[in-house]
Amino acid sequence: MSFAEYKELIQDGDTAIVFLGHESMFPVTIQQGGQTQTKYGVIRHSTDLIGKCYGSKVTCSKGGWVYILYPTPELWTMNLPHRTQILYSTDISMITMMLELKPGSVVCESGTGSGSLSHAIIRTVAPTGHLYTVEFHQQRAEKAMEEFKQHKVDHLVTVRNQDVCKNGFGVSHVADAVFLDIPSPWEAIGHAKDALKTEGGRLCSFSPCIEQVQRTCLALNEHGFAEINTLEILLRTYDVRTVSLQIPNFGKAVEEKENPESGDASKPLSGSQQGCALLKSGISPRETVGHTGYLTFAHQEFI
Amino acid sequence: MADSGAAGGQLISEGDYVVLKREDVFKAVQVQRRKKVIFEKQWIFLDNVIGKHYGTVFEITGGGNLQTKSNVVASAEPKEAGADNRNIVDDGKSQKLTREDIEALKEKGIKGQEIVQQLIENSATFRDKTEFAQEKYRNKKKKKYEASITILKPSTRILAIMYYAREPGKICQLRYDTLAQMLTLGNIHAGSKVLVMETCAGLVLGSVMERMGGYGSVVQMYSGGGPVRAATDCFGFPKSFYETLYEFPLIKLDALISGTGHYSCQVIPAEENAEKTDEESSRSDCEKQEASRDVVGDCIAEESEESMETSRPENEEGLKSCGNVSANHKGSRNLDKEQFAIEKKRKQDERRKRESEAAKLLQDRNADGLIIASRFHPTPLLLTLLEFLSPSRPFVVYCQYKEPLLECYTKLREKGGVINLKLSETWLRHYQVLPDRSHPKLVMSSGGGYILHGITVARDTTKANKSSPEGTEEPAPKKLKVAEDTS
Repeated sequence: MSFAEYKELIQDGDTAIVFLGHESMFPVTIQQGGQTQTKYGVIRHSTDLIGKCYGSKVTCSKGGWVYILYPTPELWTMNLPHRTQILYSTDISMITMMLELKPGSVVCESGTGSGSLSHAIIRTVAPTGHLYTVEFHQQRAEKAMEEFKQHKVDHLVTVRNQDVCKNGFGVSHVADAVFLDIPSPWEAIGHAKDALKTEGGRLCSFSPCIEQVQRTCLALNEHGFAEINTLEILLRTYDVRTVSLQIPNFGKAVEEKENPESGDASKPLSGSQQGCALLKSGISPRETVGHTGYLTFAHQEFI
Repeated sequence: MADSGAAGGQLISEGDYVVLKREDVFKAVQVQRRKKVIFEKQWIFLDNVIGKHYGTVFEITGGGNLQTKSNVVASAEPKEAGADNRNIVDDGKSQKLTREDIEALKEKGIKGQEIVQQLIENSATFRDKTEFAQEKYRNKKKKKYEASITILKPSTRILAIMYYAREPGKICQLRYDTLAQMLTLGNIHAGSKVLVMETCAGLVLGSVMERMGGYGSVVQMYSGGGPVRAATDCFGFPKSFYETLYEFPLIKLDALISGTGHYSCQVIPAEENAEKTDEESSRSDCEKQEASRDVVGDCIAEESEESMETSRPENEEGLKSCGNVSANHKGSRNLDKEQFAIEKKRKQDERRKRESEAAKLLQDRNADGLIIASRFHPTPLLLTLLEFLSPSRPFVVYCQYKEPLLECYTKLREKGGVINLKLSETWLRHYQVLPDRSHPKLVMSSGGGYILHGITVARDTTKANKSSPEGTEEPAPKKLKVAEDTS
């Protein structure tokens, strides 16, 4: 298993995703002799998982079943252990495209945080690109390094435990793109410029507050970045449901003998035979994420 | 905006596919000597850009030649500004220069920068305007008179934004943020085997190829006589990328699914079939272009016509012989008939060979991803093409409308073999960020299409009848089981 390439069979040491159904899943590290408890009973790694195909249905001890999925960066984002706030796939996809990431790209990132974006970047720049990621929190940096090793992508990433605002990215003039998700990105713009290749490159900064964006844009201007562009992307999800709408009763004297309260909402079933129209609808959930952060993109011209 | 590519070639050379940029307007062209290009109502020649760095800014000089823009720092004028507009009256007389004066200045070939300066000096109200209003005025005039053109290296970002702005009808209104979602949700990356079915001028195909970097393989499914790759060619991919690209006609898919033997003996009649549908499809394509031109509107109709001209030769030169066949016929009419016949035969053989290679790739039924974005109904496409995917692989379907995806969702649930189905849409909002003047941009795009995505899983073969109730409502059987357990 590697986050950067697909594989057919489950092996010892893999990270896999246990899918229990409807939005419910969790990651598991496959170990010879290991066991995983689910609400449908226990899964024994040696007999139930190792050697099976990814995507298989696995029957648990109590007779229920789960699916074992190949870990993509997107599934990992939904299941990773949070050490910080993380970026989700909606923002990540925009960042990836607007930074023009592709195989071979060299990227600088700070902070590493929980590694949600890092996994997506590594997947995209593999097999010939590299990610230099900087995290000033020692424990988080170590944990990230551990995860990259576990996910067999450590050859594609370098983690540095330092303060990007003071010490920069630890590399200079190598990057095609820089990504900043730190509280004061304006203090790191100079270092970002230094990290980018001399022929130029792209930058993105993620900030939840408009005041942060203001200061970042000013700093970008001062450092000669061009095409400064701030945007926000929002995900709207839809649940697919069959809904029924009751047809109003205008007192037409047809088969309305023993149902005087057919207009009453408390008896919705009574109408299902005659007085209802069924239709498929994409229903917005009652609540949704209204704001994650502003994404500011900029371009460094040929220096 | 030099693209950062790992490839060394940062200088523009003849034959390169580039993107011209003026303000927020993009146009993709191929660099050729002594070739007139129309951009933003101006004729230009690209001869002078050859040998310059990507990202260089040019200005137009007499005769439509481009010249590197000398970045003259604007002279710091004495700052004088009003506090508000209580004394500013719109009498239509504040600008002392007449239309004729301005035309005369332009005739004389005076630099745009100087014209802007003259306009400011001759504006009676400029000094009374607030600082913000002055800046706005200056920027507006700059936009009009100081035309500068940047030459960019093409990328998914630029081409997707360009297509959405210029020719949304040709790409089924697929907005660039939606395309970004598709590439991420589809886990498109180097080394995979990806199936693409699109009628988005080859833009989606190109974006997939960019993300794969020439590693792995892409099988493009097409309807009609051949795949459309006008936008794909604009990416300027190296030849090696095209070696990993295969195409397979939708019309032969049924034969392929029902069995190898059947497929191979079908080859010859199906070929004829494809030729027949070829003209039909090219005709319907023309109609579509006609329609999209209407949508684009009068102001850029002229331009879109022009861009179609450029897309023709691209097709002919394309590495695939499958471009616009009728156009090929016309172009080679002057050729010796025999030579033409040999050439045709060679191309046909080549095409047949590639097709059987594509068939082989499909028959393994172990593709790693599926991306659909077309004007066809998504349900039959998805139900058929999912057959070729390995379990535990993502798939993404784009549709301009929500309703077909609702149906698609229901049908997939009935069929089974998929989990984690999600129907979604993204909203994109741009911001103006300026000191004390930050706010969302006035206009946001309201239609970027919808996406249905999910993950394939191993189909339940042992208890086929049991999988259908499970399919209809995902959480239900789980709950039942829990209830059983606790009882």
